[in-house]
Amino acid sequence: MAYAKNLAEIRLLIASHKRWDLFFACVGVLALMIGVLTFTALFVDMAIKGVPRLDWDFFTSFPSRHAGRAGILSAWVGSTLVMLTTAFFAVPLGVAAGLYLEEYAPKNWITDIIEINITNLAGVPSIVYGLLALGLFVYQFGFGQSILSAGLTLALLILPVVIVATREAIRSIPQGIREGAYALGATQWQVCKDHIVPYSTSGILTGVIIGMARAIGETAPIITIGALTFIAFLPPSPVKAEAPFVSFEWLTSPFTVMPIQMFNWTSRPEAAFLVNAAAAGFVLVLMTLAMNGLAIYIRFRLRKKIKW
Amino acid sequence: MVAVPAQEAAPAALKAEVKDLSFHYGDFQALKRLNMPVYEKQVTALIGPSGCGKSTFLRSFNRMHDLYPGNRYEGEIRLFPDNVNVLAPGVDPIEVRMRISMVFQKPNPFPKSIYENVAYGLRVRGENRRVSLNEKVEEALRNAALWDEVKDRMSEPAFNLSGGQQQRLCIARALATDPEMLLFDEPTSALDPIATASIEELIHDLKKKVTIVIVTHNMQQAARVSDYTAYMYLGELIEYGVTDEIFIKPKKKQTEDYITGRFG
Repeated sequence: MAYAKNLAEIRLLIASHKRWDLFFACVGVLALMIGVLTFTALFVDMAIKGVPRLDWDFFTSFPSRHAGRAGILSAWVGSTLVMLTTAFFAVPLGVAAGLYLEEYAPKNWITDIIEINITNLAGVPSIVYGLLALGLFVYQFGFGQSILSAGLTLALLILPVVIVATREAIRSIPQGIREGAYALGATQWQVCKDHIVPYSTSGILTGVIIGMARAIGETAPIITIGALTFIAFLPPSPVKAEAPFVSFEWLTSPFTVMPIQMFNWTSRPEAAFLVNAAAAGFVLVLMTLAMNGLAIYIRFRLRKKIKW
Repeated sequence: MVAVPAQEAAPAALKAEVKDLSFHYGDFQALKRLNMPVYEKQVTALIGPSGCGKSTFLRSFNRMHDLYPGNRYEGEIRLFPDNVNVLAPGVDPIEVRMRISMVFQKPNPFPKSIYENVAYGLRVRGENRRVSLNEKVEEALRNAALWDEVKDRMSEPAFNLSGGQQQRLCIARALATDPEMLLFDEPTSALDPIATASIEELIHDLKKKVTIVIVTHNMQQAARVSDYTAYMYLGELIEYGVTDEIFIKPKKKQTEDYITGRFG
C-alpha cells in the first residue's frame, strides 16, 4: 500500500492502526482474567466450603479422628515457628550474600558464574531441596525431623529470592550516593552499614516477605524431611517460667505445618474432612495474602521517605 | 606548559603540585602528562570542552578513580605542606579523601536528615559527642551560607530542600571536616541561575579558608570565581595561568578560540 497522501487517507490509516490498540487491549484483559479469575474461583470455592467451619475451636484444637472436633492448632503453631526459623537464617545469610556480591565482589567471570548459579537456584524444584535437607540436616547433622530442619530447608529454598531482592534493592541506589560517602573518607564497610543497607531495607524486606509467602505454602520439602501429619501436642514453649526464661527446645521438636495438615485431610475419605481442608486452605491463603499485603505496605511506607 | 606569571608575584604558597600526571581508563589514556601547580587559598578553574578530561583530572586529586577497577595513574600529585604524593600506591585513598573533600555535579545529599548529612564526615572520623557535632555542623552550615535557612529544620529530610540548598548542604557536608582542599565538579550545572549565583558567591568566600579546584563548563563562571585557570583539550593541558591573563590575552590560539566561543 502506498503511503497516505491526503487527510482522508491519513484518517483511515489512523483508524486502522487504532484497531490494533483495541485488539491488544482485549487480548491483554483476557490474559489477565485467566489468572485473576482462576484464583478468585478457587478462593471463593474454598471460602464457601470452608468458612462455615471456621470458629474459635478450629484454631485451638488439635487434629482428631472426628472431623467435627479436629482443628489446626498444631499446624498454625508449627507453620509460625518454622517461618520464624526460616527468617532467622535466610535474612542474614541472604542480605550478607547480596551485599557482598553488589558492593565487595570484584566484577569478573567467577562472580558472573556465581550470579548465574543463584538465579538458577531460584528455579530448582523444592523437592530437590527437601532431599538435600533430608541427607544433610536430618541425618548428617542429626537435627532429626524437627522444626530446625524444616526452617533450615525453607531458608535454603528462599535464599536465592532474598539474595536477588537484596541485590536489586542495592542496585537502585544511585552511584552518586556511594561516591558522596566515599568522598568523605568512608570505608567500604561504613558505606554499607550507614548507607547501602539502610537505603535498601524496603526492597530487602519486600523480597524477604515474598520469599516467606512462598515458603509458608511449601509442602514437598517438608514432607521429604519427615514432618508428621498427625500431631496432637505443641512444641515446648519458647518462654519458661524459671531462669533463663527462654528455651530453644522447640527447635528440635517434631511438628506439622498448614499445607501438610491440609494434605492429610484431603486424603481422608470422609467428606467432613474435606471441609476441614477447605477451611485450613482458606486460613493459609489469608496468611499468604496478609504477608504480601505487609510487603506492599512496608514498601509504600519506606519508599515515601526515600526517593531518588 | 606551566607559565606562572612573574609580575603577579602570587604570595600564595603551593598547596599541591601536579607532576607528569597521566591517567588510563583501561586502554584509554584520558590524561596526558599534566603539569600544574595549585596555590593555597586560591581558586583554580579547569575548563575545556566535554570529554577533555577535566573531571577525570579533578577526581584524581582525591583518588575517586580507585573506586572502579581498571584505572591507572602515572606521575604524581604532591600535596603540601608534607610533600606527599597522593597517588603513590602506599598512600591510602581514604586518608587522601579525608584531607581533600569533594562536591559533585548533581547535588547528592544522603536520604537522612539535614543534620546527619553535615555530621556524616565527622561520624566517619569517629566523632560522636553531641556537643562538638552540634558545633561543627552549625559552623559548616554557616560557612555554606545555609544556616539561616535550615536552623529550625535540622531533623527534616535533606530531600525537602531545593536543588540549590541541597548543593549548599553538600558543600557544608564537605566543609564540616575542615578539609585542606575542596574539589568542585561542575557544582552549578544542575542549578538555576539564582542558585548558581549563590554558589559562586560562596566559593568566593570559601577561598579565605580552603584551597579550591573547580571544574566548570561555564567560561563566565571560571572568569568570575577563579584566580588561576587551566584550559584542557583531549587530555592535555593546553594552557595554564592567571585567570585574567587566560581570558584577556591567552598565549595560545587554541585557548583563545575556545574562550571566544569559536570552538567548543
